[in-house]
Amino acid sequence: MKFTRFFVVAALGLALSSPALADREILNVSYDPTRELYEAFNKDFIKHWQEETGETLVVRQSHGGAGKQTRAVIDGLEADVVTLALAYDIDAIAEKTGKIPADWQKRLPNNSAPYTSTIVFLVRKGNPKGLTDWDDLVKPGIEVITPNPKTSGGARWNYLAAWAYAKQKYGSEDAARDFITKLYQQVPVLDSGARGATTTFVQRGIGDVLLAWENEALLAINELGKGEFEIVVPSVSILAEPPVTVIDKNAEKHGTTDVAKAYLAYLYTPVGQKLAAENYYRPTDPEVAREYADLFPEVNLITVDSAFGGWREAQKTHFNDGGVFDHIYQPR
Amino acid sequence: MSRNRVIPGFGLSLGYATLYTSLIVFIPLAALAASGISLGAETFWAVVSHPQAVASYTLSFGASLVAALINLIFGLLVAWVLVRYTFPGKRIADALVDLPFALPTAVAGIALTALYGRNGWFGQHLESWGFKVAYAPAGIVVALTFIGLPFVVRTVQPVLEGLERELEEAAASLGANRWQTFRRVLLPALVPALLTGFALSFARAVGEYGSVVFISGNMPYRTEITPLLIYSKLEQYDYAGASALGMMMLVFSFVLLLAINGLQYWSLRRRGGG
Repeated sequence: MKFTRFFVVAALGLALSSPALADREILNVSYDPTRELYEAFNKDFIKHWQEETGETLVVRQSHGGAGKQTRAVIDGLEADVVTLALAYDIDAIAEKTGKIPADWQKRLPNNSAPYTSTIVFLVRKGNPKGLTDWDDLVKPGIEVITPNPKTSGGARWNYLAAWAYAKQKYGSEDAARDFITKLYQQVPVLDSGARGATTTFVQRGIGDVLLAWENEALLAINELGKGEFEIVVPSVSILAEPPVTVIDKNAEKHGTTDVAKAYLAYLYTPVGQKLAAENYYRPTDPEVAREYADLFPEVNLITVDSAFGGWREAQKTHFNDGGVFDHIYQPR
Repeated sequence: MSRNRVIPGFGLSLGYATLYTSLIVFIPLAALAASGISLGAETFWAVVSHPQAVASYTLSFGASLVAALINLIFGLLVAWVLVRYTFPGKRIADALVDLPFALPTAVAGIALTALYGRNGWFGQHLESWGFKVAYAPAGIVVALTFIGLPFVVRTVQPVLEGLERELEEAAASLGANRWQTFRRVLLPALVPALLTGFALSFARAVGEYGSVVFISGNMPYRTEITPLLIYSKLEQYDYAGASALGMMMLVFSFVLLLAINGLQYWSLRRRGGG
């Protein structure tokens, strides 16, 4: 009798303690073009964490369009960390859920962006139309491929890069508005997402130039074989800072705050920076950046904060309903 | 109430049906309406009557109607061939009809764009003759026709199978020519099924997003469907605006489907009377 009771208690004890013994896991909700980066990074981080603490970690990944991923987190997907395309998306999480403080972007170095990127031109082999800078894109007969900024986060960077160039070159908001209107008149197809635009340009053979994230352009060149396409780096472009943050309330609930913080901090270490560079993101660590200088030519990079007063402002002025972008198109 | 029914418990089954449709249909739709109404009448109207929205309704419903009409005619033809003739590979052809159901719509959209694009098999010839299909309204109709085909075929097929050949022979022996037989004997029996297929195909097309965004080119005022506008509102975290457009689509669809149902009822009564 006593013996049986011992067994029951032991079994119960085991059953109860097993969640604590089980490996912890964290969920990283990210956007489309980081798939390859985080595949490599997670493997490395899991090994690093095991060596440090002896704990075997599981890192789950979710990828998709940045806006859709953000809405999933707002609607209750319990991400421990998010690694998204724009600060505007994470602002929306802060605003709609209160799960992170409003000043989340100050918590990690470089505006919480461990790696950066920029917008470049992908042109066909030999650059047959001789496109070297933004000015060339509005010449008659040039077809420009870029997705719809109303539905694609990446497309918003393209738009802002063009705007920043025009404003710097011509000096006024009105001139920039004219330039952007002319530019979008050269766009024959507005795909709903960045990958769709790449398909239109690469697979369908439409357009003379694709406006693309540098990392996507490098990936396209290396996957499709060198020789079919070339990258042209314009004189001025935008500094894209894909931000990362811990979703505090979710991590607290899962008891993973320490892991989540370490995970993001690891992105800033030389190992994390090298992995970013190998996956075509510009490292922010100056040492590592020097090492990969060949891959990333120097560009005059303008930040959204300096040129547009931050993402909230940029979104409101340019992309929300009734904004500048909407005025480019007129009813027929 | 003492008549015998196959399924016992009228109260129970009615209660179950009500609960089920509430959970699956009414409650989500009510939530949508609540979110849309939260805008207030003035803003709601401003959102749904914006010229860009109006252009998108015309395109969405226009292209869907055209696609459903094409399916009505060619779906009947396909059903006829599948029921009335035997030929090698018939079962394969029959199975192929369902494929548009099974294929993820994004895949369909990409495949159609590859075919009809400027450098595609069809597209390169069509464009040299001056027809632009991909990235034009015609491309939207092509995609919607593709995804809607099975509806007409599958609703008409069983009815056609139930119509005996003797009916046509009787008509012929009474001196009807082919056209008269089709017009006066076959068609009246098929009309209800054709209308159902038409309505289903139309309703499916109105809500379609995945395949259309790849082939349409998404140019504001020209090739932008209403579901894409809803999506772009969601990208701005404007849930209420998105719901407002969703409600407009529902209202339009409901009215059109009601009209089709009315037509069906009318044709059944007419046939019953005649």
